[in-house]
Amino acid sequence: MKTSIASDLKKTPLDAVHRHLQAKMVPFGGWEMPLQYAGILAEYQYTRQGVAVFDTSHMGEFLINGDAQTSGLETIVTQPLSGMPVNTGRYGMMCNEDGGVLDDLIVFRLKEDQWFLIVNAGTTESDAAHIQRHLSSGICFENISWQTGKLDVQGPAARDVLRALIPEIDELNYFTFKHFNILGQQALVSRTGYTGELGYELFIPWETTQELWEWLLAHDVQPAGLGVRDVLRLEMGYSLYGHELSPQITPLEAGLSRFIDWDKDFIGRGSLLRQKQTFPARRNIGLVSCSRRSPRAGHTIFDLDGRSVGMVTSGTFSPSLNLGIGLGLVEYDFQPQEGRVRLGESHQPFAAEIVRPPFYTQGTLKQ
Amino acid sequence: MEIYDHYHFTKEHEWINLEDGFGTIGITDYAQSSLGDITFVELPGIGNEVEQFEQLASVESVKAASDIFSPMSGKVTEVNSELESNPGLINKDCFEKGWLVKIEISDPQELSNLMTGDEYHSYLKSLDS
Repeated sequence: MKTSIASDLKKTPLDAVHRHLQAKMVPFGGWEMPLQYAGILAEYQYTRQGVAVFDTSHMGEFLINGDAQTSGLETIVTQPLSGMPVNTGRYGMMCNEDGGVLDDLIVFRLKEDQWFLIVNAGTTESDAAHIQRHLSSGICFENISWQTGKLDVQGPAARDVLRALIPEIDELNYFTFKHFNILGQQALVSRTGYTGELGYELFIPWETTQELWEWLLAHDVQPAGLGVRDVLRLEMGYSLYGHELSPQITPLEAGLSRFIDWDKDFIGRGSLLRQKQTFPARRNIGLVSCSRRSPRAGHTIFDLDGRSVGMVTSGTFSPSLNLGIGLGLVEYDFQPQEGRVRLGESHQPFAAEIVRPPFYTQGTLKQ
Repeated sequence: MEIYDHYHFTKEHEWINLEDGFGTIGITDYAQSSLGDITFVELPGIGNEVEQFEQLASVESVKAASDIFSPMSGKVTEVNSELESNPGLINKDCFEKGWLVKIEISDPQELSNLMTGDEYHSYLKSLDS
């Protein structure tokens, strides 16, 4: 049970703060990150009922200057960029030529010809290389991950708390953003998140991150770690890169084809079109355990006759259902008997039902 | 960290409390704290025979599942069925109300393979360093 942490892990601007709060620290995506503070179930209640703050400074941020079409950016991501209004964001993916997912990301349109990309921590370097390789020559690409701190303020009370810091916060609709002056610094604030609750992501200078964190904690915002972040996103059925998404999994298999613009040319389109016509090998399913036992990543999914039909990609205990929940990949044409499967190792697998996510439907996301 | 001096302990952080040939088994404060919020407990059937240091039960926290090994050999005589609906009892009171299983001890000599309270306390200190 002892976890030793390698010293070559990257640290967010809040590393000392997390230690002072006695957070349990874990390696994640090459970073040393807080797993939990008060405990996952307590932090769950803070986020679903009140408001919590997550240090997500590990995530990668890129700036790109150029026209979506002529810069090549439009061909790098699956979501349609050209029609996006300025000050909005869109979720999508970057694929390889085979249609496998290199990363999922949000693209914000800063100006007519300026783009802000938010990518996963563990893939920041490979994403930067991939994007630069495919951008037209002369296009300005900047990896500003090391200058950019990021705090996610999430929960039904998020807007009320932030109003004291940002009086214009009510102007922000879901998946829009604006620049505000926070604590004397220019900050980008987007109404986005990964929890299913009303929430904001605050992008601020690296050096200001601690001051903002302390302001939030002084205003009754509770710190929450990666542990509960995973529970919250799984209750919403959101994909996590490295689990539901990988270079070996296509957006079609992951159930994310709604984030693909088929009318434009993009890397991987040919492979994905073929897969769309012939059906992918696998499909994504949601799982609700028939007990408090949780599906776990790597569990085999069996049909009721004991035949292996797939694999669990993520799992956790769901505090809202008081049952285990999970996501998995099964053979595309698998037809479950009575909507049921069994999960686990080969001995004594446990029963689960196939349920379409989200598992949690009371979220304040769009309120 | 609280240590129940008269209990005996395993390196895997289980405890056993012996009384009149029976042993009550649970996990230590170190174990419950490492696991975090416990959400599910799988307990053995009454009458099951178990060998020392073999799997006896399993507990799940929000994040992970862990096997619990029996500190001694014996036959299961009782399980803490309250844990089925309230597994968090282990987090709240791991040395008393959060016990897992009672067994009838089959070989008292096995006690020499376990740590006393003092020894376990030293063992915990060695893990911290």
